[in-house]
Amino acid sequence: MQESPTQQTCYHCGDACTEHIKANGLQFCCNGCRQVYLLLQENGLCGYYDLQQVPGIKVRGRFAGNRFNYLDDETMQKRLSSFNTDTQVNIIFSLPQIHCSSCIFLLEQLNKIEPGIISSQTNFERKEIFISYDPRLISLKKLVQLLAFVGYEPDINQEASTGRPKRSYNRGAIAALGVAGFCFSNIMMLSFPEYFSGGEIEEPWLKQTFSYIILALSIPVLLYSSAAIFKSAFKGLRQGMINIDAPIALAILMGFGRSYYEIITGTGAGYLDSATGIVFFMLVGRWFQNKTYNALSFDRQYKSYFPLGVSVINNNKEENIPVTRLKIGDRIVIRNEEMVPADAVLLEGKACIDYSFVTGEQEAVRIEAGAMVQAGGKQKGSAVYLRVVKEPSQSYITQLWNNDIFSKEKNQDQSFIHPWSRYFTAVLLSIAFLTALFWAWHDPSKLLTAVTAVLIVACPCSLLLSATFTYGNMLRIFGRNKLFLKNAAVIEAVAGITDIVFDKTGTITQTGKASIQFKGQPLSIEEREKVRQAATQSAHSLSKALAGPYESSEAVGYIDAFEELPGEGLTASWGAASVKLGSNGYVRGLPAGKLSTAAEVHVKIDDAYRGYYEIQQVYRPGMGPMAADLLPFNLHVLSGDNDSEKANLQHLFGTDIPMKFAVSPQQKLNYVKELQGQHASVMMLGDGLNDAGALKQANAGIAISNDAARFTPACDAIMDGTVLHQLGAFIRFAKSGRAIVLASFILSILYNIIGLSFAVQAKLSPVVAAILMPASSISIILFVTLCSSAVAHRLGLGKN
Amino acid sequence: MSAFFILVGISMMVAGSFLAAFIWSVSSGQYDDDYTASVRMLWDNPPAGAKKNDK
Repeated sequence: MQESPTQQTCYHCGDACTEHIKANGLQFCCNGCRQVYLLLQENGLCGYYDLQQVPGIKVRGRFAGNRFNYLDDETMQKRLSSFNTDTQVNIIFSLPQIHCSSCIFLLEQLNKIEPGIISSQTNFERKEIFISYDPRLISLKKLVQLLAFVGYEPDINQEASTGRPKRSYNRGAIAALGVAGFCFSNIMMLSFPEYFSGGEIEEPWLKQTFSYIILALSIPVLLYSSAAIFKSAFKGLRQGMINIDAPIALAILMGFGRSYYEIITGTGAGYLDSATGIVFFMLVGRWFQNKTYNALSFDRQYKSYFPLGVSVINNNKEENIPVTRLKIGDRIVIRNEEMVPADAVLLEGKACIDYSFVTGEQEAVRIEAGAMVQAGGKQKGSAVYLRVVKEPSQSYITQLWNNDIFSKEKNQDQSFIHPWSRYFTAVLLSIAFLTALFWAWHDPSKLLTAVTAVLIVACPCSLLLSATFTYGNMLRIFGRNKLFLKNAAVIEAVAGITDIVFDKTGTITQTGKASIQFKGQPLSIEEREKVRQAATQSAHSLSKALAGPYESSEAVGYIDAFEELPGEGLTASWGAASVKLGSNGYVRGLPAGKLSTAAEVHVKIDDAYRGYYEIQQVYRPGMGPMAADLLPFNLHVLSGDNDSEKANLQHLFGTDIPMKFAVSPQQKLNYVKELQGQHASVMMLGDGLNDAGALKQANAGIAISNDAARFTPACDAIMDGTVLHQLGAFIRFAKSGRAIVLASFILSILYNIIGLSFAVQAKLSPVVAAILMPASSISIILFVTLCSSAVAHRLGLGKN
Repeated sequence: MSAFFILVGISMMVAGSFLAAFIWSVSSGQYDDDYTASVRMLWDNPPAGAKKNDK
């Protein structure tokens, strides 16, 4: 916390305060924060501020008015809620803003503010809130408005409203794991007498009783816990391939079958301890590997980005309806910062559409009345009226999603160990066959014993364990370093890449962050505000950089006259006062050329030249070293923007890498496809909707985000923008995974050889099996976990 | 040695009741969110009307 006497920070959100807004002797940065504080104070919820320092979220933009009117729509309410009666409605909202314990404190006591809320319960990991409320006391719209007011505006989008997809948090898997663990440990315990007596328990009835208890305990493991393994093996067989689960399922069947036979006929004690142990360790491995990031979404559709409600003009009356009810020919109103939901024609108003999300182009486009506006563009400026010409689902941008690539699932195959399992099974079966031949020749009575022992002992469970634990641990290490992978298969996809394609806007550069330096005679606050206001009027990217946050709310008045010479500069005047911004030539009348790339915006206030702003697009830190680090790969840069930054990019990435500018989303997808056609394995890094196709097409699509819980297109992994420079280390770490798995394979094969040497001699006693199985499993788990952590540490990805 | 029957029976019953409790806790959703509850239990319930303004 930096706190100086001149600059205080807001008690609510922690932003710097430039004005004096106070309540109860506490300082606030804006009226919005103060209002929220007063509301909480009134309701005795000031504990919010005690749990965390400055927990509040600044409410940006306007939220009142009719923005949530579409929530009054009956069908919309039904679709959003999970339970609906006259007296109680249950609803789950996604609140990406949840970030600390104070959030939970406030959100779970909302009923103190609004008695119509019966109860509210947050789920921190999924960033969700479950609210049940009484619809007679509070409407859905009011509820959402309240949430938005205290800073937690729900993320309501079309995807959420069309049948909420059940997130697969698998309770069944955990229960199966628990049952297997319980049965395994109890069977182990009950087997101790057998082990220690060397199989010679004096009271035969005691031995028999223990055997039958063990048998009873093993049944739930066979019928319930191991079902997942059998299902996977069966699914593989039906598709005509033998996956790693097939030999495991075989070993389980053999282990249980032979044990049941021995116990029932009274010929032996069986191997139920080992057999249940196999199931237990397999399930632990699965659970460990299936680390999921509940709060993240890896499969967002375009629908997630589009607004739910839109204002329609009907008989000169404005009405807010759900976007899904939008028809061709409807007249709609789009206000500042609102997104156009469907392709439409501009009827009236000054449209200045920012397509950066759709195309990656940074400069907003001015559109004349009568021209088309594409869905996905955001209006910057005053309200505009449009007529819808295409239904939302038929828009240009949504067509990208009709590409086949979006219906395909990728990175679903478990691992590279699966193809191997075919050979493994072949070797295993041939050893079993040879053993059978040998004993058939020498001593047919031992044939069955030896063959079943081979099949049980050679179970590739340690092979599978080594892969699941290596990748499970790597997923966690990646996650700690803010690279969140969808699943373990992505690690292998990343390890195999040859080409890396970067998007420019938002990926290598930081959107909305340009470094601005003023050189010349310093400007006063009022003058800076004038510059800001003048810049707001223009759509030029340099003006947008200058049109930052308010310098002061003290009114400097409204602009009376405004004039812009495209590509040169602008003049704004307030009565006699005026501000002139633009190129050297425009402002000073000097014979200078156009604006250069390291852009300068010269400023003249009231006919006095004051200096210039130097504006540079900010590249994420460490891009140059990152490019050098990635030399072994072929790098490519694609940008939907124009080539004004080409020189800077070449400086960072070198002059010999392919760069393409002004490419459409479809062209990006095609570019990746072409590379793949040349046998390249492509990693795509991008951030926006415009990269969605390419991300999906790429072997490994990584979405760059500044806030992982918020908007990211469908992808294989989500990376925090601040760690992009570590990309080289990430790839090397992914590559090391394969080496670790291979090393542990060798270790596990050694165990298998020891076990097999007992088995082929028909000497495998239950004690040997019971020691060998857990010992090999646990040592392999330790080996791979320590190895992967050590490699991570060496690559600088360790705990920090 | 017949004491074994009783002891094994009792131990199975005790262990079995823990297993049942575990399965119940999983199916009632206690493992769905293992963070929020740890925060929730730390709040004091301030007496009605009391206001905390010690900052």
